[in-house]
Amino acid sequence: MAAVTADQTAQAADRPQGADEVLEAAFDAAVAADERIEPRDWMPDAYRASLVRQMAQHAHSEIIGMQPEANWISRAPSLRRKAILMAKVQDEAGHGLYLYSAAETLGTGREELLDKLHAGRQRYSSIFNYPTLTWADVGAIGWLVDGAAITNQVPLCRCSYGPYARAMVRICKEESFHQRQGYELLLTLSRGTPAQREMAQDAVNRWWWPSLMMFGPPDDASAHSAQSMAWKIKRHSNDELRQRFVDICVPQAEALGLTLPDPDIRWNEERGQHDFGTIDWKEFQEVLKGNGPCNEQRLGQRRRAHEEGAWVRDAAAAYAEKHTAPAHAAPRTAAGNGEATA
Amino acid sequence: MSSSTEWPLWEVFVRSRRGLSHTHAGSLHAPDAEMALRNARDLYTRRSEGVSIWVVPSAQVTASSPDEKDSFFEPAGDKPYRHPTFYEIPEGVKHL
Repeated sequence: MAAVTADQTAQAADRPQGADEVLEAAFDAAVAADERIEPRDWMPDAYRASLVRQMAQHAHSEIIGMQPEANWISRAPSLRRKAILMAKVQDEAGHGLYLYSAAETLGTGREELLDKLHAGRQRYSSIFNYPTLTWADVGAIGWLVDGAAITNQVPLCRCSYGPYARAMVRICKEESFHQRQGYELLLTLSRGTPAQREMAQDAVNRWWWPSLMMFGPPDDASAHSAQSMAWKIKRHSNDELRQRFVDICVPQAEALGLTLPDPDIRWNEERGQHDFGTIDWKEFQEVLKGNGPCNEQRLGQRRRAHEEGAWVRDAAAAYAEKHTAPAHAAPRTAAGNGEATA
Repeated sequence: MSSSTEWPLWEVFVRSRRGLSHTHAGSLHAPDAEMALRNARDLYTRRSEGVSIWVVPSAQVTASSPDEKDSFFEPAGDKPYRHPTFYEIPEGVKHL
């Protein structure tokens, strides 16, 4: 894809003055008509950069997000729960790979994305900087963290950038199992012994507020929101989605027999929505800055896994070089991308 | 990681069941075709989405250019007589 981008730049240089305006008008018209932008279409540099930033952060979140739950695979209370948890963590890896592929259609290589994650130059969701202290956390993550993610991701299935939207369709289908297994896990604990019930409540208490922070800063403080919505990358504002999530969760918590740790949650007849308490944005900013409970641990483990896997990648590459007939060998960097034909 | 270990990109096509054609599912990196197939199975058929997979080096795909979409596809644009609905047939004429 990199070569294609270079092509386009070369073509752009050849164009007469004013050609960019024509291209930009075509792009704006496509977005306005709710058409999808595809990898080889002309797009504004800022649109491309904004998508790379968002998709990279999204992909990194899926990959880092494997860690908090993987901690519990070896300590799952039954074979059934263990098989479910392994399948879920494997899905997260898959989601990361769909999203990296989609990001690569914009001309940013996989290595570059990983390097930036490892160097702390691209972010992942702050939620994964909180620890998973008990087994009930696996349930709370499924219900609340994946629930918030789904609320965010369903509108992304209609994102203006085709490859991102297609990746999200696949992800959303799979995410639904994640949320339901978490809810069922909490329900089992909630109906169990007093100690199990207490464990479930404690997990919900700890994950509720960070889950609300997953929707990002309030609309008036969100740096990218307005532009992303104009480009139809985002379809709803942070606060709108957060409100939707709260309204969904309140009755679900009741059915679980657990409470949400916010005394200010109450139904607002006039708005037809729930009021809820004030989020501690200072905590959000601190975790974002790297001062959360597990920031160093998460990134450290990711770097270690990458370094310790180097010999596997090297061996596979050496094997391929030795055994692949030259006629079948693909160049190391992709000059084209089949996405363009899709 | 050194750049010498950057694996090529492959496009993945999955046949969801017998009788249907392979359709594009996505792409992935793999060192060779064999590994690309295995990775594709793990990545795109975790829920029995397919009975057959093709992997194609992305670099081998030749695509039409979006810039020439008008001129490239234009010849079909003014030929509505290629569609059956172009023709007026009297009411009541059957099997046509």
